[in-house]
Amino acid sequence: MPPVVKIEEIHKIYESGEVPVHAVRGVTLEIERGDFVALMGASGSGKSTLMNLLGCLDRPTRGRYLLDGIDVSQLDRNALADIRNQKLGFVFQGFNLLARTTALENVELPMLYGARKFTTKQIRERAMHCLDIVGLSQRFDHFPSQLSGGQQQRVAIARALVNEPQVLLADEPTGNLDTRTSAEVMGVFQKLNDEGITIVMVTHELDIAHFCKRNLILRDGVLVRDESVSNRSFAATELEKLSSAEAAAKLTGAKS
Amino acid sequence: MRFGSIIKVALRALLRNTMRSILTALGIIIGVGAVIAMVSIGNGAKAQVEAQVASLGQNVITVFSGSMSSGGMRGGWGSAPTLTIEDAEAIEREVTGIVGVSPEVRDRNQVLANGLNWNTSVNGESPDYPDIRSWKIASGAMFSDQDVRSVAKVCVIGKTVADQLFANGDPVGQTLRIRNIPFKILGVLDSKGFNLFGQDQDDAVLVPYTSHMKRLSRRTNISSILIQAASADVIDKVQKDITEVLTQRRKGREPDFTVRNQVELAQTATATTQTMTLLLAAIASVSLLVGGIGIMNIMLVSVTERTREIGIRLAIGAHGSDVLMQFLIEATILSSLGGVIGILLGIGSSQLVSHLNGWPVLVSTASVVIAFVFSAAVGMFFGFYPARKAAQLDPIDALRYE
Repeated sequence: MPPVVKIEEIHKIYESGEVPVHAVRGVTLEIERGDFVALMGASGSGKSTLMNLLGCLDRPTRGRYLLDGIDVSQLDRNALADIRNQKLGFVFQGFNLLARTTALENVELPMLYGARKFTTKQIRERAMHCLDIVGLSQRFDHFPSQLSGGQQQRVAIARALVNEPQVLLADEPTGNLDTRTSAEVMGVFQKLNDEGITIVMVTHELDIAHFCKRNLILRDGVLVRDESVSNRSFAATELEKLSSAEAAAKLTGAKS
Repeated sequence: MRFGSIIKVALRALLRNTMRSILTALGIIIGVGAVIAMVSIGNGAKAQVEAQVASLGQNVITVFSGSMSSGGMRGGWGSAPTLTIEDAEAIEREVTGIVGVSPEVRDRNQVLANGLNWNTSVNGESPDYPDIRSWKIASGAMFSDQDVRSVAKVCVIGKTVADQLFANGDPVGQTLRIRNIPFKILGVLDSKGFNLFGQDQDDAVLVPYTSHMKRLSRRTNISSILIQAASADVIDKVQKDITEVLTQRRKGREPDFTVRNQVELAQTATATTQTMTLLLAAIASVSLLVGGIGIMNIMLVSVTERTREIGIRLAIGAHGSDVLMQFLIEATILSSLGGVIGILLGIGSSQLVSHLNGWPVLVSTASVVIAFVFSAAVGMFFGFYPARKAAQLDPIDALRYE
């Protein structure tokens, strides 16, 4: 089976300023189906640029990008939009849900665009199913402002899943969340990954990266390390540990 | 994206800022309302002018005598004593397609009755006159051809004269003294009101033209001849024939008369109101333009405010055309809703004007349809630039926008 993501000697140079900025300097990478990758690096290392390239939000200056066997490096704006709609799911640091729009309608949104035509009933059912996967089907009619950060992020994950993407891309998905909620969200990712979904996420937190299977480290636009995670964290055990630690600190009532 | 979803999103966005949407639409509401009101009132004025012209009589042709010069002073039409009763008789005899002829002699006289007196216009006419002018007799009867032949001392008086001299009582059968000659009142004319030029048409006394010429003015000529053509179709032919008959009677002398018809008068009068209506509508449509600019302004603000939302939509697969469509439809909904309210407002205010001033007001379907289509078009036109701006946003920049 071919890798779902295959990039060859990819470069991105921004020409907008006086001095051209060489953000990504020749990255070659393959991601297999079912992988769970954390992309790490200091700010300015080019990880956001690489993520935008992977997410088909931007085109590389040089190099080739094969997504699910399709060369997407030279596609036009509308073709890229269709690729994003059909093959990719996005989860952002700031959740990026539409305000004053219910959780269900937010999840339905990707199905309203795109080439595949669904009936209103199908759209509703699929959106409800995805909310069910992230455990929020009871709150389908809540507005984002009525949900906690972790719940909003789970709605965003449901939205990313709804078109059955090849790759789920998450840009600092836990950046705005506390430790416990982060572990919960990582738990959702791990569950999805166990069901075979490929996930690529950007993070700068080492402990979050340990929830993944593979860590990539980027520095100055070059991939400097690519390793499997040996001592992997699991959401269930991490949450257990947190609970007992909190109980010890009398932060919450002890669980029986 | 589906049309239904686009409409839903657009309505939601408009409702989110209800006050702002109303104020934005207000420009269009006022513009459309003003256009509708102006056109309706203008049409009403035109209809009134047409009705007034029609009240002068249907298909009426008037022959005036020529102008007279004396010592270098040129008089107006009708000043030369060149039309005679024989001319009128010749027209009646020789021209086909006419249904009535009335030679006219007019002057002003002090009239007395009932111990009161009143200065009014005393008109010598033929019995055809009320029919030509489509003027009904309210009570009594018009004098007859026999009265004309016998130079009878009879008259028919207008409503104003009746009111002034016979405030409480029936004037029919009573006597009116003109230049101290007693005239028996045979009838009273229906009220006709003021004419186009502001004259009270009811302030008149009609006598047989023969009586006027022999007993009152002692003239041998007449000042004009009123002729009614059988229909509007033959009016041009009748006019031509009259000119021919009168020219023949003058045996090669220079024509000393003019022939005019009502249609020309009507055209002149309605052309004036038409021009006024167009002018007012043009001024009103300037406010439509201003309303359109208001929409553009608010749509630009809206695009900026919702940059992040646009970024999300683009990131999850919306095409530029989807975003363009969404903002375009939002602007169009705003302007066409404004248009509908403006139409209602325009109809309402023109009804109010008609109620307060007693003017007739005609709301034409065409003006309503055009106003609606135009307001929707204003929204599309002025919404296009902001919508295109939204559609061309870069998803990465839009997502980062704070």
